[in-house]
Amino acid sequence: MKRVSQGRAAPRTAPATVRESRAAWANLGREQLLDLYYWMRLTRTLEDRLVALYRQTKVVGGLFRSLGQEADSVGSCYALEPRDVMSPLIRNMGSMLVKGATPVEILKQYMAKGDSPTRGRELNIHFGDLERGFIGQISPLGDMVPVMAGVTLTFRMKREPRVGLVYIGDGATSTGAFHEGINLAAVQRCPLVVIVENNRYAYSTPTAKQTAARQFLDKAVGYGVPGEQADGNDVLAVYSITKRAVDRARAGGGVTLIELMTYRRKGHAEHDNQSYVPTGEIERWERENDPIDRYMRRLVDELGFSASDLEKTDERVRLEVDRATDEAEKSPPPQARDALEGVYANPPREQPLWFRPDSRIVESHERAEGWGTYSADKSADA
Amino acid sequence: MPEITYLEAIREALFEEMERDPNVFCIGEDIGAYGGAFKATEGLLAKFGERRVIDSPISETGIVGAAAGAAHMGMRPVVEMQFIDFIGNAYDMLTNYVATARYRAFLPCSMVVRGPSGGYVRGGPFHSQNPEAGFIHSPGLKVVYPATASDAKGLLKSAIRDDDCVLFFEHKYLYRRIKDTMPAGDHVVPIGKARTARQGQDLSIITYAATVWKALEAAAQLEEEDGLSVEVIDLRSLSPLDDDAVFASVRKTNRVLVLHEDTRTGGIAGEITARINESCFEWLDAPVLRVTAHDVPLPYAPQLEDFVLPQTADIVVAARRLAAY
Repeated sequence: MKRVSQGRAAPRTAPATVRESRAAWANLGREQLLDLYYWMRLTRTLEDRLVALYRQTKVVGGLFRSLGQEADSVGSCYALEPRDVMSPLIRNMGSMLVKGATPVEILKQYMAKGDSPTRGRELNIHFGDLERGFIGQISPLGDMVPVMAGVTLTFRMKREPRVGLVYIGDGATSTGAFHEGINLAAVQRCPLVVIVENNRYAYSTPTAKQTAARQFLDKAVGYGVPGEQADGNDVLAVYSITKRAVDRARAGGGVTLIELMTYRRKGHAEHDNQSYVPTGEIERWERENDPIDRYMRRLVDELGFSASDLEKTDERVRLEVDRATDEAEKSPPPQARDALEGVYANPPREQPLWFRPDSRIVESHERAEGWGTYSADKSADA
Repeated sequence: MPEITYLEAIREALFEEMERDPNVFCIGEDIGAYGGAFKATEGLLAKFGERRVIDSPISETGIVGAAAGAAHMGMRPVVEMQFIDFIGNAYDMLTNYVATARYRAFLPCSMVVRGPSGGYVRGGPFHSQNPEAGFIHSPGLKVVYPATASDAKGLLKSAIRDDDCVLFFEHKYLYRRIKDTMPAGDHVVPIGKARTARQGQDLSIITYAATVWKALEAAAQLEEEDGLSVEVIDLRSLSPLDDDAVFASVRKTNRVLVLHEDTRTGGIAGEITARINESCFEWLDAPVLRVTAHDVPLPYAPQLEDFVLPQTADIVVAARRLAAY
């Protein structure tokens, strides 16, 4: 891990390891160290289950994997407090689980169930819950950075000691929205941590075609914010570096840009055959730099855990995912007519389409009890 | 009470709503210390401070996105576009993010995006636009465009209190040209309700914003020269449209002219015409006619701009044809 002071370019070296004396993870207890393993294992097992369901054609749309990136999602989100707000991207299922999303919600989303968090309106992990502190992403990339600038601007305006964390991929740093969002947040000294996950590919495009900057970390200088970089496949290093940025934001220190170095071992989505990846690259990362394998070795070799501690966790995860799958599969599909509800808080009275005799005028747009992932009233108090 | 201008009415609405609700704040380019390009926000900074009157970087996507994020957290942001022409920079954020937020994620998006719009001011291609039609096509957004000072105030107050995102178009030609006495008390005008600007029997002109005044001029001329009784409907809200008010006028006069300053193809007049066709066909004594701008970007030179934009004389010509049909 290294820090870059403003106005000075960082040397191009591999991320250094955390110096033990400074590492924030040193304050984590045994339970928390095992927690990190649990969330990573849950992420991977749940995604494996989704692959099986996808092959059984039970997943309605595409499937997006974070294989090999579990440490960056889990380690970073673990640094947040319950009242902090996080905005994930498509490879941050692990972050969402840490922030309180449940396997059954994710399975129902992928299967487009009527009682999924978005009631079948949105796909995959595009959902959120302000109460638990995560805001659902949209597909146009970069947009969540300005949105999170606004969320954290509100924390600052209301003098609430809360922090925001937003993820952005290497590819989406090329968007105007990323630039406008991080710049606005920096100028306003919003308590926001911006994590650039450098997983080497944006769909098929390698980072060299995304930016002429030597590293994404260098962009921090241009925004006048501290920049830090860590090995994204080392969950403890990710936790440490994020925790420090979160603490700084909470103390009024404004925005930090963090670059996490990782690798996307699966394609953009399940259909992508990764023909653009050099031979042997994926296998090398799998063999030499799997974040879960690395952490398991560390837990056993250095941190005093036994193999059976980890096996117990694996078993707990398996049972949890099995139960969630059973529950999700039993859920009904949405009612077609519900497609008309919820566009406006105060709906205009529009005539329904006359050639659809089963459609109706929408009189009220506040959804029935249990709809949505949180209630509007609660959000006002948040 | 003294009369105030359309611009002063907007400023008054901002003051009153910021005083009423601590969650209301303003963000935009040059709105604080400078008071805004047209001075719509003049005095706000002195009264409410930097926390609630935020001078932003030149970042339309950034400030609209930030407004959405703040709205999710219970705030009621009012974003100023320095010129509404620049709202195009935030089109993705408004149509992809904001418009869908409640539907897909049940996220509150109580926010207003307001800004000076429209032509007749020699502003050229990028300081004269009327981009409203590009937004009424996005379910989830509301669009209003007042023609009078009292509607400007009442509708802005409603927009700020509305739990949905409201795009508030202000006609800059009207900013300092028209005045009104504000109704006493807490003056709010409901979104979605049209106004009859002039009662008539022979034909109806359906319009909004600056062309309401052109329609009224034409109506006076037609009464004097042709003895025609022309009704003028000021839509005020473009999304939702007040179908009831439009249809009632159609059933009364049986002849309809739809007028707007925006270009013709894909303009709101087409939508209104289609609705009349679907719901009031048997009430019509003539085809619905449109008077709009030419389908070109808006040019700068007075000779060019006047030729492109609809003028009172155009309305008179169209109304005479309609009356004679």
